[in-house]
Amino acid sequence: MANFFPRWSNWLPLKILVCAGVTVTALTAATWYYATPKYTRVGYEPIQPNPFPHDIHVQQLGMDCRYCHSFVDVAAHSNIPDTQTCMACHSQVQKDNPKLEPVRVSWKTGAPVEWVQIHRTPDFTYYNHAAHVNRGISCHSCHGQVNEMRVVHHDQPHSMAWCLDCHRNPENHLRPNDQVYNLDWKPGDVNPAEFVAKYGQPKDAKEDFSKKQKLTQQEIGQTLKERWNIQPPLNCQGCHR
Amino acid sequence: MNGSTTSTVPDVIAAEASASVERKLARVPLVLSNRNFSWITERIAGVNEGAAPRWWWVTFSISSLVAAIGLFCLGYQISTGVGVWGLNHPVGWAWDITNFVFWIGIGHAGTLISAILFLLRQKWRTSINRAAEAMTLFAVICAAIFPGVHVGRVWMAWFLAPVPNNYGIWPNFRSPLLWDVFAVSTYFSVSVLFWYTGLIPDLGTLRDRAKGKLQKLLYGIFALGWRGSNRNWRHYEMAYLLLAGLSTPLVLSVHSVVSFDFATSVIPSWHTTIFPPYFVAGAIFGGFAMVLTLLIPARAIYKLHDIITPGHVDKMAKIILLTGTIVSYAYAMEFFIAWYSGNQFERYSFYNRIFGPYWWYWWVGMLFCNFVAPQLFWFKRFRFNIYIVYFVCMCVNAGMWFERFIIIVGGIHRDFLPSSWGMFHATWVDIWTFIGTFGIFMSLFLLFIRWLPMIAMSEVKIVLPEADPHHHATPEGHHPVAAGGMERTQ
Repeated sequence: MANFFPRWSNWLPLKILVCAGVTVTALTAATWYYATPKYTRVGYEPIQPNPFPHDIHVQQLGMDCRYCHSFVDVAAHSNIPDTQTCMACHSQVQKDNPKLEPVRVSWKTGAPVEWVQIHRTPDFTYYNHAAHVNRGISCHSCHGQVNEMRVVHHDQPHSMAWCLDCHRNPENHLRPNDQVYNLDWKPGDVNPAEFVAKYGQPKDAKEDFSKKQKLTQQEIGQTLKERWNIQPPLNCQGCHR
Repeated sequence: MNGSTTSTVPDVIAAEASASVERKLARVPLVLSNRNFSWITERIAGVNEGAAPRWWWVTFSISSLVAAIGLFCLGYQISTGVGVWGLNHPVGWAWDITNFVFWIGIGHAGTLISAILFLLRQKWRTSINRAAEAMTLFAVICAAIFPGVHVGRVWMAWFLAPVPNNYGIWPNFRSPLLWDVFAVSTYFSVSVLFWYTGLIPDLGTLRDRAKGKLQKLLYGIFALGWRGSNRNWRHYEMAYLLLAGLSTPLVLSVHSVVSFDFATSVIPSWHTTIFPPYFVAGAIFGGFAMVLTLLIPARAIYKLHDIITPGHVDKMAKIILLTGTIVSYAYAMEFFIAWYSGNQFERYSFYNRIFGPYWWYWWVGMLFCNFVAPQLFWFKRFRFNIYIVYFVCMCVNAGMWFERFIIIVGGIHRDFLPSSWGMFHATWVDIWTFIGTFGIFMSLFLLFIRWLPMIAMSEVKIVLPEADPHHHATPEGHHPVAAGGMERTQ
């Protein structure tokens, strides 16, 4: 039988190779971008049964995170407040506001408000809120600028790489203990002299921090890391117990 | 020098002298019975072109059934968990890793034949390299199954690859288990490339001879437009040479890395520096036995005695004897070092090897199969007796499996603490998974001999006397000895 491959088939292998290369690259790039928590989780903003505006409560009324999330510094789990917590104020304030109807229904029936969970830690991961907030990790590091959110959204990826990023370099996030719940805190707010008087400074610091105009996050973080002997677990069993 | 001697003697005497020299020194030709180009093509391509014989269907049915049972066992193990195997503390590695080392070792003969013997200009390799390389690929496929599934959660096996990920984790490059992944995957890809490159001229032959449209199309696609032109051959030979150079270190590196899985640990009898050469020699030893196991029946069935001659079997038997001797030396040296080290744990593990609960694995497997049986190959008449050769090869096949089992399970079933001692008991899943890989191996090999030329036609033709540019059909031609006579032999 004669050879029946036409002339155009000479270039076919090259064309197939180029197409395959483009497809594989595009698939890889698309997976890299679209199939990671940076894309799939960040920005998640479900409609809640009751639109609790964090910005009004924190910014205008000056409430502390712990008024509602009352176990965050004493327990592994940070609680969603119960209806009684809401009604402590709302039995007096805005008591006829129609937006608060689900809370009043819950108050009457005893059935909790069905808030939609936004941040979800998998079952195979151990996470302790108290261990973090009591050692200078602010709510802000993981949940973003919640004090400015009208409706809460997922602000950070919460992927394992993201966790490890901080566990490997905690100095990028540590802040003084009394500023953990101050979501507007900036490293520039720190008074260097007072900070050094209270926490000291790193052993191998090349200059006297108390003489500086401002301290950077790394300088503050490094100081606190040494002061509190912070060694975040990097082994698997640290979080997958 | 030649010129000065010949110029002093009359031509007639010189011709007579050279003729007599030729009779004494001429070696046995690589292809017997003066077979020509056409006979080789007809005989080898004919296997692929005719209908599959009945024995092929029977063998293939049996082997694919066994393969299916093996795949079922793998599915059962993956869906249920590694608990269906008999391994448990303290024997965390048992048949799985034994089978892995067994299969990966078998592959090494193919690479040695195709790469090292090619670079060393061993022309006798042409009759056996194609089948040996195919055997390598199929053995590596069987080998790769075991470490893949023994991790338990196979869907996590991608953790072994350095892929950027959202877990922020990276393979541990200090672990020899990771080196294994790279060694074996490199080995497989280079072997596939090498095998395929060598196939291209033969695929061109099959394409040109094909009668059916589908065969023509498929062989045509895989022949990559081979036309046998001068330029084709120059590129082909350069590519083949480069791949041979690339494969050569793999013959030594792959099994060295496999041996690091054990040697870098702290288990007595594993933690030894002799492991890499010991394992490499063992791999080639076991691999050649498997090549003969497959080729002796194949040449009988397809009447290939003129291509795979007794001389070929003889040479492979010699390699088995050589590598077997190296392995036996390593066995002896392990015992010597255990004694010489003065380390009680090391000494105990070797005492335990001979007199412990797995004693007969050592006496039968290592001592008889791997040391005693190959000693027959010191004698020429045994190397030329196909039944003896086959018997020794079967001994080596079994012996090399036992050897790996003794090293692995023998090393860990006696822990440092006697309270942690234990035994390994294989379950039916262990047994059928292993038998299943033989089914996979045989099925793939049978498909190979059915659809691809099992002997490199183009390469065998190159070692025929006719392929020599100085060849003359009549022995009275000029310089018959100097060029043609030498070239047509090995």
